[in-house]
Amino acid sequence: MASIESTSRTLRRRQGAAAAVPAAREARPVAAPAPGRSVIEFRGVSKRYSGGDVGLDDVTFAIERGEFVFLVGATGSGKSTVMRLLIKELEPTAGTIRVAGHDLGEIKRKRIAYYRRNVGVVFQDFKLLPSRTVYDNVAYALQVTGGTRREIRDKVPDILRLTGLSTKLHNYPDQLSGGEQQRVSIARAFVNHPPLLLADEPTGNLDPETSVDIMRLLYRINRTGTTVLIASHDQTMVDKMRRRVLELAHGRIVRDEATGLYTRDETTREFARRMRAPSARPPGLG
Amino acid sequence: MRLGFFLKEAIRSMRRSAAPSFAALATVLVTMLVLGVFIPIVQATNGAANSVAGRVMVDVYMKTGATAADDARVRGELLRVPHVKGVEFVPKQQAYQAQASQYPQAYALLGSNPLPDTFHVIPDKPSNVLLVHSALTPPGASGGVLDPSIQSVSNKQSDTKKILEVTNLVTITAAVLTVLLVLASMLLIANTIRLSLYARRREVEVMKLVGATDWFIRWPFVIEGMIVGSVGALLAICVLGATKIALLDPLASNWTLIAAPRTIGFVVLVIVLLGSGALVSAVGSGLSLRRFLKV
Repeated sequence: MASIESTSRTLRRRQGAAAAVPAAREARPVAAPAPGRSVIEFRGVSKRYSGGDVGLDDVTFAIERGEFVFLVGATGSGKSTVMRLLIKELEPTAGTIRVAGHDLGEIKRKRIAYYRRNVGVVFQDFKLLPSRTVYDNVAYALQVTGGTRREIRDKVPDILRLTGLSTKLHNYPDQLSGGEQQRVSIARAFVNHPPLLLADEPTGNLDPETSVDIMRLLYRINRTGTTVLIASHDQTMVDKMRRRVLELAHGRIVRDEATGLYTRDETTREFARRMRAPSARPPGLG
Repeated sequence: MRLGFFLKEAIRSMRRSAAPSFAALATVLVTMLVLGVFIPIVQATNGAANSVAGRVMVDVYMKTGATAADDARVRGELLRVPHVKGVEFVPKQQAYQAQASQYPQAYALLGSNPLPDTFHVIPDKPSNVLLVHSALTPPGASGGVLDPSIQSVSNKQSDTKKILEVTNLVTITAAVLTVLLVLASMLLIANTIRLSLYARRREVEVMKLVGATDWFIRWPFVIEGMIVGSVGALLAICVLGATKIALLDPLASNWTLIAAPRTIGFVVLVIVLLGSGALVSAVGSGLSLRRFLKV
């Protein structure tokens, strides 16, 4: 937990708004979940697109540090809008969004790049750089932050080992399978050890078996203390995971609950075994 | 480390997207070639026009009986006329020798020297020649000339006017053409670069999502533009150099326009082409990228 605390302090320092974050908050006991400790906080957020479509309609929720949360809903329900708001690709029409205690509306255009370095993002279509090898794709995320050559040599092989890509270092993205490409994209998102990882339909293009592997990887990352928010429409997958679920419909939150019982300290191995088990319904649910 | 990184990035992207880079390079090559041919031509034309205009002058012919004292007095009077830059005295013996060597048979028949002492009156600016002329031929004076010992003042008003008009036209046309050509080159290069960037806009988008700052993304593109621009210009210079050595230098002895001393020096031309090629391409890349950076 200490490492997240320090990363998020770095996040605050980088955004250069120390005054907005009272120092007392950091002194609070870690165990007590107070609203101020939220990694993500949406308060009355609405997003209306220029064409008149409603992306989000007065959405309020909070996600605590270290949580693993699913965002579900039909196509067009606003999942992607939430994601795009969180990486500040879009601006909300109304309401405030806070990430690690920071109002996104106060981040100036020039500082967006620095903000994004603290949020790992995984996309359905991977969004890898086609002209770079696996190694260079991951290294780019470090080069962007001014990482030294030594740092890159140290960190990149580590993260690629974690994601099981050690043998594919010098392949280009088009030589990899979909699952492998998604692993590269996760490695890239996580190489900076961001306090928050967003995944927009990370398994949308993958077969069920590969999806389990990807979910397992995301779970492993979550167990290092990173808050993970996954947008997904894969209902069985979400049910099996037994994590907190936020459901959106027509831009509104219609469900916010933990599906079934689960133990926070389940190992990744147990997790994977349970995910592959044929009996889909979690015992806690009627 | 940063510069090295940007340089490596630029070279990598050129290698990986060879076709668009080559298109940009070819565009720079062609436009620089055209400019490289056009600039000396414009300069030679201007030089020729100016030297023609510079030869515009008023001739003052003395009476045959004029003495050296008369010549000295007239010289003084001519120099006092406004807009006169200088006076050139040609004694009749010298004029005779010059003419006789040009047309020896005709002058051998003549026997004696029919030529008068002559003053070439040079105006300060070619366009003032008519003012000088009218000052030398005041309407009220004796015989219509300034001094009694002057026989006549050359009357080439219509010729002078024509020369001045033509040279002005040539100069202005050349200037307009140069501006148009430079503009066209810039647009052509910028558009080609924009096309090659358009092919890579998704890459730029991904870079932004990973948290790259605008300039972090932009520098490699600017350096790439610089490299493409200078290589294109360098190739153009090689072609121009080869043409100059193979074609122009042998011809220069027969064709005075090419040998005109006022054309731009080859070294200067090389620097101008190289500099403008690199600069236009670099700025073009940097500016064209702006649209794609808005993610």
